[in-house]
Amino acid sequence: MDTTLKVEDLHKKFGQVEVLKGVSLSANTGDVIAMIGSSGSGKSTLLRCINLLETPNSGRVYVNGELIRMKALADGTAKPEDQKQVERIRSKLAMVFQSFNLWTHRTILENVIEAPVHVLGVPKKEAIERAEALLAKVGIADKRNYYPNHLSGGQQQRAAIARALAMEPSVLLFDEPTSALDPELVGEVLQVMRKLAEEGRTMLVVTHEMGFARDVANQIVFLHKGQIEEQGAPREVLSQPKSERLKQFLSSTRH
Amino acid sequence: MDESVAFFLSIFPRLLAALPLTLALTAISGAVGNALAVPVALARLSPNPFLWIPSAIYILLMRGTPLLVQTYLIYYGLGEVLPGSFIQQTFLWEYLKDGFWYAVFAFSLNTAGYTGEILRGAMSAVPKGEIEAAKAYGMSKSLILWRVTLPRAIQICLPAMSGETILLLKATSLASLITVWDVMGTSRQIQKESYRIYEPLLAAGVIYIVTVFILTRLLNFVERRINQHRAAPVSA
Repeated sequence: MDTTLKVEDLHKKFGQVEVLKGVSLSANTGDVIAMIGSSGSGKSTLLRCINLLETPNSGRVYVNGELIRMKALADGTAKPEDQKQVERIRSKLAMVFQSFNLWTHRTILENVIEAPVHVLGVPKKEAIERAEALLAKVGIADKRNYYPNHLSGGQQQRAAIARALAMEPSVLLFDEPTSALDPELVGEVLQVMRKLAEEGRTMLVVTHEMGFARDVANQIVFLHKGQIEEQGAPREVLSQPKSERLKQFLSSTRH
Repeated sequence: MDESVAFFLSIFPRLLAALPLTLALTAISGAVGNALAVPVALARLSPNPFLWIPSAIYILLMRGTPLLVQTYLIYYGLGEVLPGSFIQQTFLWEYLKDGFWYAVFAFSLNTAGYTGEILRGAMSAVPKGEIEAAKAYGMSKSLILWRVTLPRAIQICLPAMSGETILLLKATSLASLITVWDVMGTSRQIQKESYRIYEPLLAAGVIYIVTVFILTRLLNFVERRINQHRAAPVSA
């Protein structure tokens, strides 16, 4: 099986605080990995280190077998050796954010075609056709000419998912995609994500939705204090947790 | 009294004939100044001290000294230096005999300072998440600037920028002090010819206020167009 994403021994410090203490992870094509853990466990930071929105202090990230080249700096941090490589790899790792982060000065359609046209160089006409199909897929085709601020949170997040899909990414990174939504809007977003998982897309999902993690993910990773405490198939991890901390975490969340 | 009113009314055609010059001063200085504001703001936000320190000093000088002082310095200062220099041999010389271009030069530099500072604030106010999304989708720094940061910043500071344009329109009256026959200059000319103080001033004031009113409406309209995303939803 081909490894789409591989993370080795990732360390990240914010000042003196070590948020990630050597995390390794790999995802094969079609894997849906749910990352769970209490807040401050480092799961969002891990996700953001993968596309270098945060720069890890050390460790290696491979996307489709290609290593993101980093150079260590004297102060213990690191920086990318080649910004162009980072930009190219980022375009294969589409991210969906907790607070959507749609570009509010552009319509929904413009949001979806923006990066394909200006980063990937897809002809505009083709990008629009594809965007329309994607908006239909996430169920907001009729909202194409609206501005983000005119949509509900759930609709905005579905638009953000369409924006991510338009890049035809190797991996979809979801950073707590339903945490900023009103409870009644969570379902519509999870439903779209479920559909994507069924299509065999490779997804890395930081989430608090235990039901989603159990039903949709094929692997669960439990982070605690910057380390992977437990990982495995959802059934085993969620119903027979081995570590004391995971037991505690699961009993404190509704599921 | 009647005679005064009659005179007041009689000078309008002459003053109105000077209005295009006032508008041209405003439009050219506004366009050049606002365009220059972009590099000023970028330099001001740069972490590089060779960029941000000169930019900060520039903004301080432009906002800290009277526009009249700047205009005089440019008009008389350059007027001293340019004749006899190579400039005299170039096509620019034709233009530089005229006070108009010195005024445009001074007003543009001044506008760049004011708007540069406004734009700097607006660029810092662009939501981080939107810039982060641009990064996450593989955009380069310059692409992020042109596609996300600048258009968002301009939206944010549009009301302040249109306020600046109104101020600029009124400030162009200073050009009358360097031999430009704009509305104010023409009114001063009429004062000298007729030995009447108030009528030319009042008539000029009326023309300015009506122009400002129309320009304000126009800029409001543009603002509403550009800031559509804040208004009520459009139908699909």
